[in-house]
Amino acid sequence: MTPALQVRHLSTTFGHHGTPVTAVDDISFDVMPGEVLGLVGESGSGKSVTLRSIMRLMPHHSAVTGSVLWQGCDLMTMTEAELRRVRGGEISMIFQEPGTALNPVLPVRVQIEENLRAHTELSAAGRAARCLELMDLVGIPDAKRRLTQYPHQFSGGMRQRVMIAIALASNPKLLLADEPTTALDVTIQDQILKLILDLRDELAMSVVFVTHDLGVVAATCDRMAVMYAGRIVESGPVPAVFAQPNHAYTRGLLGSVPRSGTERSPLLSIEGTPPGLTSRPAGCAFHPRCAFATDLCRRESPALQDRAAGQAAACFHSDRVIAAGLAGS
Amino acid sequence: MTEMKPLLSVQDITKAFPFPRDLLQRLRRQPGQAVHALNGVTLDIRRGETLGIVGESGCGKSTLARCLVRLHDCDSGRVLFGDTDIATLSGAARRAFNAKVQMIFQDPYSSLNPRMRVRQILTEALSVHRMRPAAEIPARIAELLDLVRLPMDAADKYPHEFSGGQRQRIGIARALAVEPQVLVADELVSALDVSVQAQVVNLLLALQDQLHLTVVFVAHDLRLVRHISHRVAVMYLGKVVEVGPTEALFSAPLHPYTQALLAAAPEIDPARRSRRVAAKGELPSPVNLPQGCLFNTRCPLAFERCFKERPALPASGDHRAACHLTQAEKE
Ligand SMILES: Nc1ncnc2c1ncn2[C@@H]1O[C@H](COP(=O)(O)OP(=O)(O)OP(=O)(O)O)[C@@H](O)[C@H]1O
Ligand code: SF4
Ligand SMILES: [Mg+2]
Repeated sequence: MTPALQVRHLSTTFGHHGTPVTAVDDISFDVMPGEVLGLVGESGSGKSVTLRSIMRLMPHHSAVTGSVLWQGCDLMTMTEAELRRVRGGEISMIFQEPGTALNPVLPVRVQIEENLRAHTELSAAGRAARCLELMDLVGIPDAKRRLTQYPHQFSGGMRQRVMIAIALASNPKLLLADEPTTALDVTIQDQILKLILDLRDELAMSVVFVTHDLGVVAATCDRMAVMYAGRIVESGPVPAVFAQPNHAYTRGLLGSVPRSGTERSPLLSIEGTPPGLTSRPAGCAFHPRCAFATDLCRRESPALQDRAAGQAAACFHSDRVIAAGLAGS
Repeated sequence: MTEMKPLLSVQDITKAFPFPRDLLQRLRRQPGQAVHALNGVTLDIRRGETLGIVGESGCGKSTLARCLVRLHDCDSGRVLFGDTDIATLSGAARRAFNAKVQMIFQDPYSSLNPRMRVRQILTEALSVHRMRPAAEIPARIAELLDLVRLPMDAADKYPHEFSGGQRQRIGIARALAVEPQVLVADELVSALDVSVQAQVVNLLLALQDQLHLTVVFVAHDLRLVRHISHRVAVMYLGKVVEVGPTEALFSAPLHPYTQALLAAAPEIDPARRSRRVAAKGELPSPVNLPQGCLFNTRCPLAFERCFKERPALPASGDHRAACHLTQAEKE
C-alpha cells in the first residue's frame, strides 16, 4: 500500500532575535490510507508546529523546509491557489483552540456552507441538505434550529462537534486534528473520539491525531510517533510501543502514567523538565534527563533507526532501555 | 476500619452563586438566577487518609475544596473541624484553623508573589502564623526546601526562574511551612506535563507518609485519583453521588454515573479499547437543575421514581451511592 501522506525531512525554524531557532527538526513520517496516526509529546515538543507546517499555515517569521507528498504532489512547492483547493478540501484541520477557529459573528450554517461552496459543486439546495446531514453525522440534535445559532450558543463539546462538521463538509481524505478533545470533559471526549473513529470507518479517511494524552493514543490510534524537543524519537504500532518502548523518553512517559495495580507506589517519572526552544542540549536532546545516558549521548545526536516489531527509535541504548522494562524505577 | 471520628466533617452543605439581576428582574422584584454549585454535600474526611474528589467541569469540586478551607462560606449546612463549626471561628482561632488546613492551588504562579524571592515567600508564611522565632527561620527554610526536594540555592530565586513543576513544589513548601494537618489540593498537577506530574505525585505520596498528612485531592484525572487516594468521592452537579474505598469504587462502581465516567476514561492499555460510547448527552445546566435525580437526563437505567424523587446518599456504609436502583438492589 502506498502512504496517503509522506512527510520527509520537515524542519521549521523561527527567527529569534536574529538567531534562528528550530522548533521542528528534520522529521519524516508516513500516514497510510484509513490509518490513525497519533503524534504525542509534551508541551512545546513541536506537535502543533508540525501540523501547521504541513498545511503551510506558519507565520511569516518562520521558515519551513522538506517535502510533504500528498497523492504524488508536494504541498511545499504548490502554488497558493492549488494549496487552497487542497486545504479544507481533501485535507481538513481541527485546531487546538476551538474558540478561535469559529467565527463568532456568523451563524453555524453560514460557516459550514462556506466550506461547501469552496470545495464542492453542490447547489444551494444541495448545500442546505448537506448541512443538516453533517449536523446529524456529528451527533448534534435538533439540527434545523441549531444551524441558525451562533457559536457562543453551543457548549464546548457541541462547538467541537461543529468544528468537526465543518472539517468534514468537504469529505476529506485526511483529517489533521490538534488536541481536538483536550479541553473537554471525559464523557464528551469519549463521544468525540468514537465519532472520529466511526467517520474514519465510514469515509475511509486518514487521521493525524495530536495529543499529549497517552490514554487517548491507546484508545484511538493505530500507530504513534513520539516527539521530544522537535524530533521524532520513537515510532511504531501503538500496541508494540506500549508493550515495549525502545526509547528512554517513551519509557519514562509511559511510566509516568498511573496504572491500576500499582496504587500509591512511586511512578517512574522523568527528572527535570523538557528543554525550551533556545536551550536544546547538544547530542541527544534528552540526555540531561536520561538515566541511560553515556558520553556518546552527550556528544552525538542519535538517528531514528528501524527496530523490531515495526518500531523505530532514535536512541543509542535501546537495548538497555528494553532490558530495564516498564516496571518501577 | 472501625468508625473513627472524622477530622473534617462536611454536613449537607449548599452553595449558590447568584447572577446579578438584570434591570427587568429588579423592576419586577423577581428573584435572580443562580448557579447551584453545591446541592447538599455530606462527606467525612478521616485522619491520615487521602480522599480523592472527582467529577467533570462544573460539578462543584473546587467550590467544595474552597468551603473546606473557608475560602467560601456555605449557604446552609456546616463544616466541622473536630467538634468545631468552622463558620464560628474568628480571630486567633480562625488563624489557627487556617494554618492547620492548607490549600495548594492549581496555578502556583498566580498565587506566588512574583516580586518576592522564595526565601521571603516562606519567611512570610512562617511569620504570619508566628510559627518560629526569627532566629530559627533560616534553618526551617532549609528544612522545607529539602522536604520538597529543591536545592538550597532555590531560596534566592524568584518564582519566574522556576519551571511549572518546581513552582508547584514552592507552593507545597509554603503550605507545609505552617505545619498543617490537612492539605487540600485542587487540580494540583493538571497544568503540568505528564513526566513532571509524576514527580509531583511521587513527592506528595512521600510527604504524606513522612508527615502523616491528611490530603484532599481534587482532580478530574481519574487515573491520578485512583493512584493516590485511599477513598474516592464522585461528584455530579453539586452532589456526591458515590463514595467508597478506591479499589471497590473503581472495580465495582455502584452509581450509573460513576460507571459511565469510568467507562469513558480511555484505558492506558491499547488491548482494552472499546468502541461503545459510555454516556450520551451533555451535562444539564447548574442554573436549572433537573427534578428528581440529577443524573436522570443521561441515565440509561432511569425509571419512574428517578424523575420524581431525588435519591440521597445513604448515611452509613463504606461504599455507597445516591441512586434509587442500587439502593433497591441492596434492600
Ligand atoms: N509563531 C511562533 N513563533 C515563535 N515560536 C513559536 C511559534 N509557534 C510555536 N513556537 C514555538 O515552537 C515550539 C513548539 O511549539 P508547538 O506549539 O508545536 O508545541 P506543541 O507540541 O504543540 O505543544 P502543546 O502540547 O503545548 O500544544 C515551542 O517552543 C513554541 O513556543
Ligand atoms: S540516546 Fe542516550 S541520552 Fe538519548 S535517550 Fe538514548 S540513552 Fe538516553
Ligand atoms: Mg500544540
